[in-house]
Amino acid sequence: MVEQVSLHRILKSISLKKLNRFFLLFLFASTVMQATNVEVDVHESDTAKESTLDKEKKAYDPTDDIMHHIADSHGWHLFDWKGHEIGIPLPVILYTDKGLVVFSSSAFHHDSEGKHIVEIKGQRFINFHNKIYYASEIPSGHGIYAQFNETTHVISNSKPWDISITKNVASLLLSAIIILWLFLSVARFYKRQQSHRSPKGVAAFMEPIIIFVRDEIAKENIGPHYKRFVPLLLTFFFFIWINNVMGLVPLFPGGANVTGNIAVTMVLAIIVMIVTNINGNKNYWSHIFWMPGVPVAVKPLLAVVEFIGIFTKPFSLMIRLFANITAGHIIVLSLISLIFIFETALVSPVSVLLTLFISVLEILVTALQAYIFTLLTALYIGAAMHEEHH
Amino acid sequence: MTGSIAALGAGLAVIGIGIGIGQIGGHAMDAIARNPEASNKISSNMIITAALVEGAGLFGIVVSLLK
Repeated sequence: MVEQVSLHRILKSISLKKLNRFFLLFLFASTVMQATNVEVDVHESDTAKESTLDKEKKAYDPTDDIMHHIADSHGWHLFDWKGHEIGIPLPVILYTDKGLVVFSSSAFHHDSEGKHIVEIKGQRFINFHNKIYYASEIPSGHGIYAQFNETTHVISNSKPWDISITKNVASLLLSAIIILWLFLSVARFYKRQQSHRSPKGVAAFMEPIIIFVRDEIAKENIGPHYKRFVPLLLTFFFFIWINNVMGLVPLFPGGANVTGNIAVTMVLAIIVMIVTNINGNKNYWSHIFWMPGVPVAVKPLLAVVEFIGIFTKPFSLMIRLFANITAGHIIVLSLISLIFIFETALVSPVSVLLTLFISVLEILVTALQAYIFTLLTALYIGAAMHEEHH
Repeated sequence: MTGSIAALGAGLAVIGIGIGIGQIGGHAMDAIARNPEASNKISSNMIITAALVEGAGLFGIVVSLLK
């Protein structure tokens, strides 16, 4: 019964909105036709159109909010309190033309639209969409201290080297502390115990997972020389898993999108590529550049394909992790956005239940992606070290 | 309607992944039903193959997200 009512409301609100839209479109068309009669600056008329569009089209577009949430940022936003943003400021570290510059991200006063200038050592900086640029002398439109390309609307200000401790970096450091604590406490347990008692506490939780990574992933796929790679695989597994889980936590210590950041996954993939190729034996390289067992005419062709394969394997690792985690974050945020899209609180039970369902699924995905990344790494290393058997 | 045609690309990519993973899962279930003792090996291989299929599909999704 309740569901029927809410469905009815939703349908009603949609049809009303459609009617509204047609009306507003008519209004908009008439204003545009009027505007064409008046001679104005091209950019000015553009902005005028945009602002009228913003006012008239009331439908909420979640894309910007979602992209803002999954992106990295200077400063860790916690919550809003009476219209003010409450958050933890993080250090901004820039390598500029005049040397190293360090200041707190609170100097921007929560501005990420390039409207607030921070002046240090005679240099002026703005924060535009969470990237730091040198500020222009005069604002262009909207009070933004930046110049834009007229046709592409891409910002044309130059950037200093940005090595700031951003939200993702802070989250990485936090994860590093957690992983250190986990492994050091496990190590301490095994160091202390003399007889072969069953493990307790953190060690009891970690032992089955570590054994699983060693036996099912490393030993199974790498072969006899697996022992060298167990530390690397364990690091990959726990690093990815813990960062995935931290990304799922919506409250303060979590919430950063570390493994959903392509730079982080790229570094992981590059490590895999280096380790695989350093450990590649003669057999591996001969299979890449001079494939045995095929006609000579085909060999150069296969060499090209196999050579590209060196790069596509880590590339797929990078994209897989990035896309899975980012997609998970986007789905959760989209489901929450449904409430604001339909503009009724009656959708919230549906939205919250769907979010709960997806979140439980994401808990599975966190472990699964860590497993798959580690497993495929082990497979690639195993393939590179595979001995020829006649 | 407003919106980007990229969403269509993402949807098409997901259809491909769905068919692929459905095939893998279905055949893995068949295999486990025929030989329950090998279920561990079959399921771990199933996950690897599913990940590979998914990876190929995710390329499509990422490209459609980039527009």
